[in-house]
Amino acid sequence: MVEVLERESEPATSGVASHISINNLSHWFETPTGALQVLDDVNLDIAPGEFVALLGPSGCGKSTLLRLAAGLEPATAGTLTQDGRPITEPDPSRIVVFQDPTLFPWRTVRDNVALGLEAQGILKQEGARVDAALKKVGLQDFAQVYPHQLSGGMAQRAALARALVNNPKLLILDEPLGKLDSLTRLEMQSELVALWRKNGFSALLVTHDIEEALFLAQRVVIFSPRPARIVAEFKVDRPYPRHRGDNVIADLRHEILNCMGLGTSW
Amino acid sequence: MSVMSSAAILGQLPIGATRQKSPSPAVAAPQVSRGSVAPGTAKAIAASAGDFRFYWFGLFAVAAWLALGFIALGIPDKPAGFNDVWPYTQEFGMGALVLSALWAVLSVQAGFRRATGVFGRIGAMFRYVAPWIVTIGIFLAVWETLTAKTGVLEPPFFAPPSSLIDIYVSDYARLAESAFNSVKLLLEGVIWGAVIGLAVGVAIGWSRAINYWVHPLLRFLGPLPPTALLPIAFFFFPSSHAASVFLIALATGFPVAILSWSGVASVNKAYYDVARTMGASEWFLIFRVAIPAALPQVFVGLFMGFGASFVVLVVAEMMGVKSGLGWYLTWAQGYAAYVNMYAGLIVMTIIFSSLISLLFSVRDRVLVWQKGTVKW
Repeated sequence: MVEVLERESEPATSGVASHISINNLSHWFETPTGALQVLDDVNLDIAPGEFVALLGPSGCGKSTLLRLAAGLEPATAGTLTQDGRPITEPDPSRIVVFQDPTLFPWRTVRDNVALGLEAQGILKQEGARVDAALKKVGLQDFAQVYPHQLSGGMAQRAALARALVNNPKLLILDEPLGKLDSLTRLEMQSELVALWRKNGFSALLVTHDIEEALFLAQRVVIFSPRPARIVAEFKVDRPYPRHRGDNVIADLRHEILNCMGLGTSW
Repeated sequence: MSVMSSAAILGQLPIGATRQKSPSPAVAAPQVSRGSVAPGTAKAIAASAGDFRFYWFGLFAVAAWLALGFIALGIPDKPAGFNDVWPYTQEFGMGALVLSALWAVLSVQAGFRRATGVFGRIGAMFRYVAPWIVTIGIFLAVWETLTAKTGVLEPPFFAPPSSLIDIYVSDYARLAESAFNSVKLLLEGVIWGAVIGLAVGVAIGWSRAINYWVHPLLRFLGPLPPTALLPIAFFFFPSSHAASVFLIALATGFPVAILSWSGVASVNKAYYDVARTMGASEWFLIFRVAIPAALPQVFVGLFMGFGASFVVLVVAEMMGVKSGLGWYLTWAQGYAAYVNMYAGLIVMTIIFSSLISLLFSVRDRVLVWQKGTVKW
């Protein structure tokens, strides 16, 4: 991984990005009909500043993996560590961006973005970070607007600003572009790459879109149907910003489709 | 044709006047101001004068109130019971005539359809309320005729509208004191009830342990009408005032608690996840996530509680509290002073509807972030 980072001359990541290590992770859900296994012996290492995408059939347990990495739920078996320390509870250094923007409708865009700083009690000292984050996503003119007045893309940008204001060392992206129209989606993929390259955080993305995974990530991890196991990993050894017509990426896409049993549609 | 005439009755269109199609104000105004100075001002005057179309519907208002004035002044009162003549009939009739003249002036003012500023706003307002002014004038005229003038509706149970003036003048002090005491008692109980109801509702929505103990109590005791507790409350509490505050608080608190609880219970769980990953404490999750998210429901509870509190207030004042508008009504009944009762009822209506309107405007301010809320 270190090789990859050097070759692509990413910005220095020490201090702004976390090393995430997932070891022998298995997880079960309690259901009325008994325990349901969703994760099966997952091992995954994310180097500081690395962008990893997780692909898999829907309902396989990828999102559960993200919740465990965020510390929102404890894992049944196995360990997750952040820079060597076990992940036991949520922390502002690991921020999740969900498929729905989940902006608080009673707060203006600005107050939504300020949420993390307010919760941590540092809004007074660090208020300038709010405006900086709004500017990063191009919403500086919409600060006083309420969420219901925003378009889907703008709302998701606001959610991104709300995440970035915390200077996360790991950004967890749970299908963040899944509900956007396809044009907005392409636009925001480029914006995500730019934000990641500029800020240097580690990123863990769940998506259903193979092209999106290949456009954004340095490594694509393929999961089996539930209970999710890692079945393959693909390195996307291409420089940024990437091009959708890139032959190497097209070949990888074919390979991944084959791997997921969808090769016949090529 | 029927569409046309109903629109005219609503005051939206001048009766039978569609001869000149004038451009809409939004388009016309800039055209006027864009002209060069001297011809521009001349054009502006010409334009606004050309826009003048007398507000004919206003004449219905003038006629209704003229009729009211003439009925009050011109037809002698029918002697009934103790009094030969109802008091304040002259003043009532004169007042109707003065208002009739005012409607005439406003009909002219409302003719300037494109006037702006306060002048224009008053005109537009008059066009909007004119149908109501007509209706009220006719209603008062019929009321005056059926009571004072013909005696079809007999005293003491019925009294003419003019006689209400007498009550408001002669019994002003007692009514004002009653109204003040009612509002004071009501607000005391409602504020206690709202605060405690919100706290209880949020607590049972938040904590499983509190829910286990409090929820069954709410389910068991909640449906009991607070008025049923009235006799016991008067016995247990040191004063009838304290007992009434308790019962009003109970009436307000129950719906507030239930709705706050359901509001907190139905908060999108993802909001908590978002706040937790950003380092939110439990305090933050309750006061900055759960309660703001539940506020729309809390307000529904407040409206229900407010309505229930009016009932308890009036019953409590009728049964035990020695002041307030409820007491005034029973006092008036005791003396067979039915006119006083009407006067008291009108004051009560005005106070209660004002309080509800006040709550609506508070709601609109607090929930400005919601789209499409009902306007009162």
